[in-house]
Amino acid sequence: MIEIRNVWKEYGDQIVLERLNLRVQEGEFCSMVGASGCGKSTFLRLLLGQERATRGEILLDGERLPREPDAHRGVVFQRYSVFDHLSVVRNVMLGLELPRAKFMGRLFGARRRAARDEATAMLERVGLGAALDKYPQQLSGGMQQRLAIAQALMMKPRVLLLDEPFGALDPGIRKDMQELLLTLWRESKLTIFMVTHDLKEGFTLGSRVLVFDKVRVDPQAPGAYGARITYDIALDHSRDCASSIHMARATVEGASRVEAVSA
Amino acid sequence: MRLINRHPSRSGGLMLLLLPFIVLMAVYFTGSSMRLAVNPDDKLLPSAAQMVDAVKDIAFNADKRTGEYLLWDDTVSSLRRLGIGLVVSAVIALLAAIATGAFPMVSAAFSPFITVISMIPPLAVLPILFIVFGLDELSKVVLIVVGITPMIIRDLHARVSEIPTELWVKAQTLGATSWTLVLRLVLPQLLPRLLVAMRLSLGAAWLFLIAAEAIASTDGLGYRIFLMRRYLAMDVILPYVAWITLLAWLADELLRRLTQWAFPWYGGGTR
Repeated sequence: MIEIRNVWKEYGDQIVLERLNLRVQEGEFCSMVGASGCGKSTFLRLLLGQERATRGEILLDGERLPREPDAHRGVVFQRYSVFDHLSVVRNVMLGLELPRAKFMGRLFGARRRAARDEATAMLERVGLGAALDKYPQQLSGGMQQRLAIAQALMMKPRVLLLDEPFGALDPGIRKDMQELLLTLWRESKLTIFMVTHDLKEGFTLGSRVLVFDKVRVDPQAPGAYGARITYDIALDHSRDCASSIHMARATVEGASRVEAVSA
Repeated sequence: MRLINRHPSRSGGLMLLLLPFIVLMAVYFTGSSMRLAVNPDDKLLPSAAQMVDAVKDIAFNADKRTGEYLLWDDTVSSLRRLGIGLVVSAVIALLAAIATGAFPMVSAAFSPFITVISMIPPLAVLPILFIVFGLDELSKVVLIVVGITPMIIRDLHARVSEIPTELWVKAQTLGATSWTLVLRLVLPQLLPRLLVAMRLSLGAAWLFLIAAEAIASTDGLGYRIFLMRRYLAMDVILPYVAWITLLAWLADELLRRLTQWAFPWYGGGTR
């Protein structure tokens, strides 16, 4: 469904990503891991349309992605993912109002009530049914991310992009959020790309793990070579193959450790 | 305990708050009574009784020639000019800031231009305003607008770039067009910041108002002060200055409360 063909991303002289080739099927959950500064988030921004590839192309269902963000691709950032001037329910309603009201950007009367009901149902799914009329800064960090996920899912996007969505949360809340995300993913058969720093999170959540790393490093010119996808590991959580997952993790961890030592 | 960690108690805080005011009054009236003791006709530091008489005369007795109550008429005409000037500036600044803040093409064309324009000292163009708009109400309002609009535009422009990129992207993924993005993200995010910017430019607005009234006017608070200066009538000038200060403080307080009431999500209202 998504095909990445020989994508490069350069900022001036600095090459961030080089020769990325990837095919992702509908319904896959790709977690993207790697050292910081190796282009995971850049890759996510390319998928989002926030930035453009210097070379190569990204195809969605055989067609080039539009050059700006659109309603087919939902996103949840680590911070600033929700609109602080709107209450919780209005935040989620926004995704219904904007496409339906092209001129005013808001709905009135019966259509507005219908949108509110739809938004309320979605908020109950993510466990925010009791906080409908609160403002985001009255919510905890975990609840804000729940809201951001609900807001993104309301659009029924083809692809959901997550940029370290749980990076700023406490471990306990993080675990709840991971379970919530898995449930939503199974229910809605979304295609998800998630950037994470946390290898464990990447392996527990993903159905496929993409490891970003620099294959070639020129110590004189750190920007001369970009990162590639060095490991592309398909995980099968349904069968009990914990041992193979462990093996894969060990390989990746070993590789990144070697990288850290040499760097 | 370190001095930086010592905070006043509630009643102590109130005393500290009143202290500078009381000291100011004490210094003034001591000086006033000393001067009046030497020369009862001294006009420089009038006593409280003299000022009360002057205020009574100017606020509660109709002017013998025109039948007007000077203080209130001056207040009404000055506040009208100030209000119109502020509202017009706010609307122009809001539109300009949205246009330059949200659309890179507009910004490329106009941002440097606005920066240059805002460097023009408004009082230097006052003669031009008088020539072009005449000596009546319009030129005074225009001076306020010319004086504070570029400042508010530049401030709001910076505030637009404060809106996190994440929110711009998010709104697009929720299906916003350029127009609805302005309507549902940029405008609501800017409105409380506009009120804050208006509060900050109140001082400048008063400055330009009084300057315009001092030079060409037949009424208004600034006009009265500059008129009374000819007679060295400090017993009128000082209460007028106090009255203007009170009005300015009230306007600031009003805008602050409006920000808090209308935009409870915005933390800036407490500043």
